[in-house]
Amino acid sequence: MNMTRMIGEQDYTNVAKDLMARASKQGATAADVMVADGETLSVQVRMGAVDRLTKAREKRLGLRVFFGQRSASASTSDFSRDSLGRFVEETCALAKAVVEDPVSGLPESGQLATDVPDLQIHDPTTLQTDEQIALALRAERAAFAADSRITNSEGGECDSSSGRIILANSHGFLGQYANSSFSLSVSPIASDAAGMQRDYWYGVNRSFAKLESPEAIGQEATRRTVRKLGARKVATCRVPVIFDPEVAGSLLSHLCSALSGYALYKGASFLIGQLGQKIAPDFVTIYDDGRMPGGLGTRPFDGEGLPTRKQAVVERGRLASYLLDTYSGKKLGLPSTGNAARSIGESPSAGPTNFYMVPGTTRPEDMLAPVKQGLYVTDLIGFGINMVTGDYSRGASGFWIVNGELAYPVEEITIASNLKEMYSTIETIGSDLVFRGRIASPTVKIAEMMVAGN
Amino acid sequence: MSKDEAGALARFGVTDREIEQALGRVKVSAVDYADLYFEYCQSESVSMEEGIVKRATKSVGQGVGVRATAGEKTGFAYSDELTAKDLNIAADTARYIANSAQGTAPVPVTHRPAAARNLYPHDRATIEVATSDRVTLLNAIDAEARRYDPRIKNVMAAYNTEYKVMLVATSDGLMVGDIQPLSRLQVTCIAEENGNRQVGTFGGGGRIGLEYFQKDQRYLHFAREAAREAILNLSAVDAPAGVMPVVLGGGWPGILLHEAIGHGLEADFNRKKTSAFSNLMGKKVASEVCTIVDDGTLPFRRGSLNVDDEGTPTSRTVLIDKGILRGYITDKLNARLMGIPVTGNGRRESYQSVVLPRMTNTFMLAGESDPQDIIKSVKKGLYAVSFGGGQVDITNGKFVFSASEAYLIEDGKITRPVKGATLIGSGPDILKQVSMVGHDLKLDEGIGTCGKEGQSVPVGVGLPTIRIDEITVGGTKA
Repeated sequence: MNMTRMIGEQDYTNVAKDLMARASKQGATAADVMVADGETLSVQVRMGAVDRLTKAREKRLGLRVFFGQRSASASTSDFSRDSLGRFVEETCALAKAVVEDPVSGLPESGQLATDVPDLQIHDPTTLQTDEQIALALRAERAAFAADSRITNSEGGECDSSSGRIILANSHGFLGQYANSSFSLSVSPIASDAAGMQRDYWYGVNRSFAKLESPEAIGQEATRRTVRKLGARKVATCRVPVIFDPEVAGSLLSHLCSALSGYALYKGASFLIGQLGQKIAPDFVTIYDDGRMPGGLGTRPFDGEGLPTRKQAVVERGRLASYLLDTYSGKKLGLPSTGNAARSIGESPSAGPTNFYMVPGTTRPEDMLAPVKQGLYVTDLIGFGINMVTGDYSRGASGFWIVNGELAYPVEEITIASNLKEMYSTIETIGSDLVFRGRIASPTVKIAEMMVAGN
Repeated sequence: MSKDEAGALARFGVTDREIEQALGRVKVSAVDYADLYFEYCQSESVSMEEGIVKRATKSVGQGVGVRATAGEKTGFAYSDELTAKDLNIAADTARYIANSAQGTAPVPVTHRPAAARNLYPHDRATIEVATSDRVTLLNAIDAEARRYDPRIKNVMAAYNTEYKVMLVATSDGLMVGDIQPLSRLQVTCIAEENGNRQVGTFGGGGRIGLEYFQKDQRYLHFAREAAREAILNLSAVDAPAGVMPVVLGGGWPGILLHEAIGHGLEADFNRKKTSAFSNLMGKKVASEVCTIVDDGTLPFRRGSLNVDDEGTPTSRTVLIDKGILRGYITDKLNARLMGIPVTGNGRRESYQSVVLPRMTNTFMLAGESDPQDIIKSVKKGLYAVSFGGGQVDITNGKFVFSASEAYLIEDGKITRPVKGATLIGSGPDILKQVSMVGHDLKLDEGIGTCGKEGQSVPVGVGLPTIRIDEITVGGTKA
């Protein structure tokens, strides 16, 4: 079994053009079409043997039609000619049934991307099934070899995928790009007399050659897992909290949600009306960069065909930009920021591309030094975030800091505050920025939060 | 073959013979079990905000997933094309784990009705409601929520429906089809007063059609409940932090059971011994007043199914009987490997995903306490009646769930509303803290979606009013 790449195999641009022509014949005044196709090979191993192999090829198209200011979207995986005819008719009928929305419409044609630069997001490397099995097995083996307290495993996983996005609209825009992704992860389980602990580690990259070695991933997974053994609760108190880079990224995710134009115009964000205002200390700068070479959030144009770009979202603590597409921008009286996100068959939403906090100069280990009593968080669970108020309360585990050192692991506690207050009381930013996803953060220290435990 | 099933097969355009041949190709001697899962799913959503029904979306998908299991291994492939050629390619891919040449003898399959009972008989027309009817419903909701209180500044509502046709053919020789409708209405209100902005939500549904929401103008109740919660939260004070007694109201707070014990009792984690419950079968894991079941056979419920996605009729499984751990939630693979009964809990999000043991409707049976007495018993604590989501770490058993409507209890009386807070506990321990169970068992309104390994499936939960003597509440006030 191997992965044959579909890129260039079939020309879906004609399908897109055909759909728009049919919609126009039905009376649609404007339309856009998005087509995605791709292949995935996923290999999971566990305890030294293959656990699950999954292979798939997928294609899907989405059509959005406008009848004046009424609009509807639909998607299908059935590309046969007869089905597509019915599909266009049904989509048009749907649009005629909704209410006019004066703000709706495609972006102006002058705003659309004219270049599709090579952003190094497609690596044509083809992996054989057995190669992926071998990589996953090596990662799991490395995890077991790193410490004798690793007694069980949720397994190792190696995935590869490649795909293609085509976007066309009735202003004449037609763009397409291919992308790829390779990932490797392992989730070991450590045990001692007190019980079991699990953690995991992973690598993900658009280029196979840049993926970390299975040994490095396995060893890091084990380091993160065994250090959790013997975790206990702590007493309820208010202390400084340091977020390791993995969980600090979640603070940036919440910021993205609050800065989405849709949350803002609906009144469902705690950052309404804050554009230009100070929301964090001077040393905090955050970028969204849709054109970072090889980035996991990189793409040449957004979900409406507008060019992506690099922009400061928070500049020296001041909120410099929201994340907007055409629609949410118009609702707020602002131009699109090229952040239209698009699921096939949905109207656009607004979201980040590569979103990151600029690193500071303090080494993460030096961030602990001034803390007499505090919490170093490595895991967060639950959904206790209220985007309307910013109220924040989540389950946490990590390490208790005593006199500048990680003293012992802790679990079954919560941390609570309000995101507005958390952003404005960031005390220190670490020097350790690494991209392991579309959203990345260095280590971050928040002045104080409520920790609930015993 | 039932009429529904005949219709399903015709829709997939595949003959019995093609199915039997594809099964034969994948079910070689080294393969323990194989199945073909065909699915057609049409979903529609109409949504409203700012008083305008401005969004309508529709999605149609169909495809086939082919799966083979050999020992602990699973081979899986899927395709959105349904020709005999695509079936055979998928069959060959799934068979890769068996390291064997293709089988040549077709596997004969017998058509079997999904179940003697149909838990959700429906008229397709009431599931795939005309868009104009959805628009009317949403407009009325907007008006009702704004009428409830002038401080309601925005109303967002969505009416979503799904019409799913599935057909599974298995190497143990059966072919079963089912039609699984699903509808859900969700309302979110934003209230504002002097710069204080708060949110309230309410939702519900099940394997039912529009008539459910129209009966006694239930949809207006949805609007009022979402508005009420938003207005209530305008006066909420900071939630307390620390260990205290907590009274959970009936219905959706049953998410406690789903997170604290349900996931930990799914057979896959226990076969692999990665669950905090792995060695606790037959042991006491809850107080004697706790009996907990998973029941996929409740008519019209969101978590119910006539058959699971492996063709096994769903059932009622006792998980905890008077405090003692009695049962796991199983699919065919894990039941076979563990030598325990198949419970009809093999579920998948779609043809694109593998079967996993999953919950259906999970709830605690009613006890004998009067709910008022339960509240009166608490000197200082929290009364939580509505929740957002929850999550669990299977391995160490720590779980959370986040309250969205809660009150302080002071000297046995419900006093002030508090802001949302996360509650955290340990699965194998928390139910030992349950000292009182009310006689008021209530199932949730039909809003739950459970995520596992990236797959989402609809589920239900239920709970009577209960008292938990000690749990950590993650507020901000010491």
